[in-house]
Amino acid sequence: MLLVLSPDQDLFRDTTVRLLADRAPLSRLRQLQTDPAGYEPGYWTAGAELGWTSLLVSEADGGGNLSGDGLVDLSIVAYEFGRHAAPGPLVDTSVVASALSRHDGEALKAALGEILSGAAAACCMGVTPWQPNRPATIDIRRDGDQLVINGTARPVESAGQAQYLLVTGNAAEGPTQVLTPKAAPGITIRPLKSLDVTRRFAEVVFQDVRVPATAFVGAYGGAADEVARQAQVAAVLLAAESVGAMEAAFAMTVQWAFDRYSFGRPLASYQALKHRFADMKSWLEASHAISDAAAAAVSANAADAAELVSAAKAYIGEYGVELAQDCVQLHGGIGVTAEHDLHFFLRRITLDRTLYGTPGDHRQRLADMAVGREKAA
Amino acid sequence: MSAEMNEPIEDVEAFRLRARAWIGENMGPPQRGDLVRYYPDDAEELAAVTRDRGLQRRLYDGGFAGICFPRAYGGLGLTPAHQRAFNEELAGREFPSRLTVPTFTPCAAVLLDFGTEEQKLRHIPAILRGDEIWCQLLSEPGGGSDVAGATTSAVQDGDHWVINGSKVWTSGAWWGDYALCLARTNWHVSKHQGLTVFIVKLHQPGLEIGRIERLDGSTESCQEFLTDVRVPDSDRVGDVNEGWVVGTRWMFHERVGHNSPLVTMAAGAFRGGSGEPYVVRIAREGGQLDDPRTRDLIGEARTLDLVGRHLLRRLALGVPSGKLSEHSPAVGRLFGGIAAVRQSTIAFEIAGGAAGTWAEDDGATADVGMRFLMRQAACMGGGTTEISRNVIAERMLGMPREPSMDRNVAFRDVPRGPRQTATTEA
Repeated sequence: MLLVLSPDQDLFRDTTVRLLADRAPLSRLRQLQTDPAGYEPGYWTAGAELGWTSLLVSEADGGGNLSGDGLVDLSIVAYEFGRHAAPGPLVDTSVVASALSRHDGEALKAALGEILSGAAAACCMGVTPWQPNRPATIDIRRDGDQLVINGTARPVESAGQAQYLLVTGNAAEGPTQVLTPKAAPGITIRPLKSLDVTRRFAEVVFQDVRVPATAFVGAYGGAADEVARQAQVAAVLLAAESVGAMEAAFAMTVQWAFDRYSFGRPLASYQALKHRFADMKSWLEASHAISDAAAAAVSANAADAAELVSAAKAYIGEYGVELAQDCVQLHGGIGVTAEHDLHFFLRRITLDRTLYGTPGDHRQRLADMAVGREKAA
Repeated sequence: MSAEMNEPIEDVEAFRLRARAWIGENMGPPQRGDLVRYYPDDAEELAAVTRDRGLQRRLYDGGFAGICFPRAYGGLGLTPAHQRAFNEELAGREFPSRLTVPTFTPCAAVLLDFGTEEQKLRHIPAILRGDEIWCQLLSEPGGGSDVAGATTSAVQDGDHWVINGSKVWTSGAWWGDYALCLARTNWHVSKHQGLTVFIVKLHQPGLEIGRIERLDGSTESCQEFLTDVRVPDSDRVGDVNEGWVVGTRWMFHERVGHNSPLVTMAAGAFRGGSGEPYVVRIAREGGQLDDPRTRDLIGEARTLDLVGRHLLRRLALGVPSGKLSEHSPAVGRLFGGIAAVRQSTIAFEIAGGAAGTWAEDDGATADVGMRFLMRQAACMGGGTTEISRNVIAERMLGMPREPSMDRNVAFRDVPRGPRQTATTEA
């Protein structure tokens, strides 16, 4: 996370931490493991009141940020989400809110208002910028004044809880995005099992779902840049979240090394283990650094934003998981049980690695950019 | 010069534009050997040293030398942000690469921290003009990582000191001018308490400089033998027997290295310049650009590049502001060493069958094999990665220190191996 927070950011971080500790402590999350939403009623609305959903939204639309760099501000929330293994549709709802704030239209702005006050939204990415060669899984076509959506998206976070779905599919003219109420006829939600017990994922199937043309987010066939930007925002938030979870797992394991004695010595006194902790510390600091750099670059629309996002996702995806598994190993047997809290963070980091592009996907993107076949932004 | 103290500092962007214009007029493209830092032929190497001195002089005459050095010593008295802007504008251009480390940091940095007014006035302007190249007489044949275990001795003789001993791994000592030298001045107290730092002129009677051939054929590294080298007390840096106070800052500045705000260098220079990344050039030369496995490796190398760059930025911001532990540069050192090793391996892997044998005109692929042979040097120079790991675990995470046989013992009684006599000095 950022080294230097402004007083506003610091206060915001504090109130976020207090809300998470109060409404979603690990003890409560354990009880909510089988709950359909994974959080208590009122929790997400309370977060929205605090500003979680407003940071990527312009003031004209009722949002507002703290520092002028809304995504940097939001990455602080994402980091604390990771550090607390917090539930709730932070990533997707933020992406949808920022997209709606960038586009005009009465229906879109009305939905944005609801999202700002605590309605959840989910991204159905039938087009995947992090895997440019993968065929689209959602098709969107025009039929007079209407749009017709067909296809499947998975995994979709919080699809079960969302009131709105931002659907990304392919039209004959290119990538297209529409916003649809989840209640529209023809939408089927099938819950998926997931590695993370605090978050909920589903498969969303669209069968001749018809929405009015006012549901366009951007131009028909012209959403490629917008979709790429949304994927960057999501990746930045996932990276920040993973760094928070890495920090929590690492802190827990360092403490364990002091508390646990073997052969009359604390684990922390063995050089073989000290060196592993040092390696983990270097991965952790490096992850902080690249996560912050990516957030700042995307927020500022910098020329190297795409590169930094991919570097963050590739590095944190790989070393976050290594760190978490090393923490498990250093805990010994208790590390592979559900009794210890460590697993919440292992799960968070591991699942984040798979979302919005794996390290392998992002290494390919970095190679594309390095070889000069694509522009870096 | 002090009259200018209260002048408002030039805006960074205005400075950048001024620098851009000046660099465009005055600094040409880099030349072969600027970054390799060694020519197989000594005459060529000496010519490159002379050229670097000239480049430094050009910076000085142009009013861009010592951007973060105090004005009192010939610098510009500006901020790290100005230095960074200058380095960015210098991307893809020539710069005095042999003067960055160790001349500007750690040597000049240590002089700024601990030098007397007279020492600073004598040496800092000379360094900024390119007249003085500095080296570090630090490591010894008997101990690499255990720097404070120095056994080179300095004995007071009136207003002089007489130095005897040997130092090693001194880059470029054969063409350098001055060095900082860590020597033992008291053998009857514990290891860290009997050290003193001196300024030593490299070319003088009693100081013999030998060359060490490394695996890649370079002989830039030197070993020095000091026999009754006389140094005036006015060339002592810091107090007598307080050498480890100096030494601790010295090590700090060494770890910060090229990321120091005192260093002028083209941004990206050690990542193969602003042009195509090294691994991409190798893949292109081998016709491997479309191979998915190669592209995965290129992506990994780029990841390490970008992450390493931003890690150093984080450390450069966090340590001076106190947000990160003062020992945090060890994190950068560890990451840098491990990442460089991995990148050597990646380049070697991409080059494949072309890595083991080559012709001089093979392009980027020609030195892949040698770089791979020298791979581990990245985890040694400036303190090994093993020592960094100890520093991180013990100083940053507060874990118990390794047992040692040299604490609270007079240094003369510290075991120094079967071939060393216990006490060699008075």
